[in-house]
Amino acid sequence: MEWTLSKIVAEFFYCVIGLMFILNGVKALKDPGLKTRVGTAVFWFITAFTFIAGPYVPKWITGLCVVLMACLTACRQVKQSASDVPTAEKTRENANKFGYWVFVPALTLAIVAVLVATFWKSLGANNAIGVSAVVALIVALCLFKEKPGTALADGIRLLDNVGPVGLLPQVLSALGALFTAAGVGTVIANGVGAIVPEGSKLAACAVYCIAMALFTIIMGNGFAAFSVITVGIGIPFLIAQGADPVVVGALGLTAGYCGTLMTPMAANFNIMPAALLETKSKYAIIFSQIPVAIVMLVIHIILMYVLAF
Amino acid sequence: MEWLKLIGILVVVVGFVLKFDTMATVVVAGLVTGLVAGMSPMEILETLGNSFISNRTATLFVLTLSAIGLCERNGLKDKAVDLIKKMKSATTGRVLAVWQAVRTVASAFSLRIGGHPQFIRPLINPMAQGAAVAQFGQIDEEDEDRIKGMAAGTENYGNFFAQNCFMGSSGTLLIVSTLNEQGYMVDALQIAGQSIPIAVISVVVGVIYALLFDVFMKRKYAAKKGGK
Repeated sequence: MEWTLSKIVAEFFYCVIGLMFILNGVKALKDPGLKTRVGTAVFWFITAFTFIAGPYVPKWITGLCVVLMACLTACRQVKQSASDVPTAEKTRENANKFGYWVFVPALTLAIVAVLVATFWKSLGANNAIGVSAVVALIVALCLFKEKPGTALADGIRLLDNVGPVGLLPQVLSALGALFTAAGVGTVIANGVGAIVPEGSKLAACAVYCIAMALFTIIMGNGFAAFSVITVGIGIPFLIAQGADPVVVGALGLTAGYCGTLMTPMAANFNIMPAALLETKSKYAIIFSQIPVAIVMLVIHIILMYVLAF
Repeated sequence: MEWLKLIGILVVVVGFVLKFDTMATVVVAGLVTGLVAGMSPMEILETLGNSFISNRTATLFVLTLSAIGLCERNGLKDKAVDLIKKMKSATTGRVLAVWQAVRTVASAFSLRIGGHPQFIRPLINPMAQGAAVAQFGQIDEEDEDRIKGMAAGTENYGNFFAQNCFMGSSGTLLIVSTLNEQGYMVDALQIAGQSIPIAVISVVVGVIYALLFDVFMKRKYAAKKGGK
């Protein structure tokens, strides 16, 4: 392993994330009301181990850790523990005190990331996210005059809120790697090759975007669809034919979201809010979204064709 | 027998449809695919471990949570509500259009302003319904449902189509790590940049849709009045 500056900074940030995982596990252990506190703590400790020590141990050990993590979530052993949530009165009082300045640290996060990635290329775009997080945190601490301990507790509270699902993108990329090693992409590519007219770039864009939307409709999850359909269709039929991988990737995921707008499988976005709004029809939100979803999907196909080639 | 390799996709689809634990579903799909393709258990664990380590980038968003948490503690959502309440728009469509634009910008900057429970139910839906009642008097239940659907939709459009404009969003990082894993070296800045056009287009489409809804309502209730 070669220790460049960008590599050292990256490993440092992964250690910070690992420490947050450990603290989240400790928080679970300290919560007497949580029945699954041991399972939850073990889950976060194993995850922390992979983040901190992963690069230095044999790869199969990390693989085994991932399998163990999946066993714990499958047995419903990983739950959220109690956090110190700020009350509505408290946030209102703070809002009156700080006014619109409260947006500043959040904006810092986005803007500093872009600036660092643009002007400090040797550091790398991924590290720019970490740098922006540090800068935004310092701005927030100075502005709100909070203690660093509060910041840490709030970060861990939100991490616990997201839970193991936050690791899904990472696990899905690993699934993509296994699919590739097993040759799944080639099988799909051979099957789809029979449908797509040879050399028709527009048809390839259409097949990829529509497949992303369809798979998302079936699964209710655009992330999962992305790793399967990009390996199976996006790469062989678009990127390997000269399409810009940046455009294909960026538009591929949002093409999947057109599917999210049309499916009851995405209950969080379409069904639960309908209940919350007490609509007469359970599907009122989906019906309202279908025209927009279809128009957006067509635009995705055309935009991908125009921008990627 | 090549087709048997697709069993992993079947596992993912069945697992998600039946709402099994997502992480376990994905891992099982990977293990089964590897076994069917004739990889040894050791090879499978090595591939899994190796890509899990190299894709830690996909989880970088965790670093941003402390700053975001502090903003929320200090009234981020309350100030967003103040901002929205200031808007004086006469029609349902305009209320929805303005909200979608605000929601899209917030999403692009990773400001966690939004959510059906926090904004649509207590704020946007009542404002949109109120505008319709002010303009047309009594509206029927069917249209109440339509407005609720429209209001909930604006939240989803803004959230989905603009979130990848932020370099540290999990969607952006998923795209980066998936493509890197397949040997294409793209970075988060590039993906965020190429996500801007579709975010802008989504606002245009959403605003047109919302304003068309105004036209629909006007025609419907003008016809009703005329009929009486």
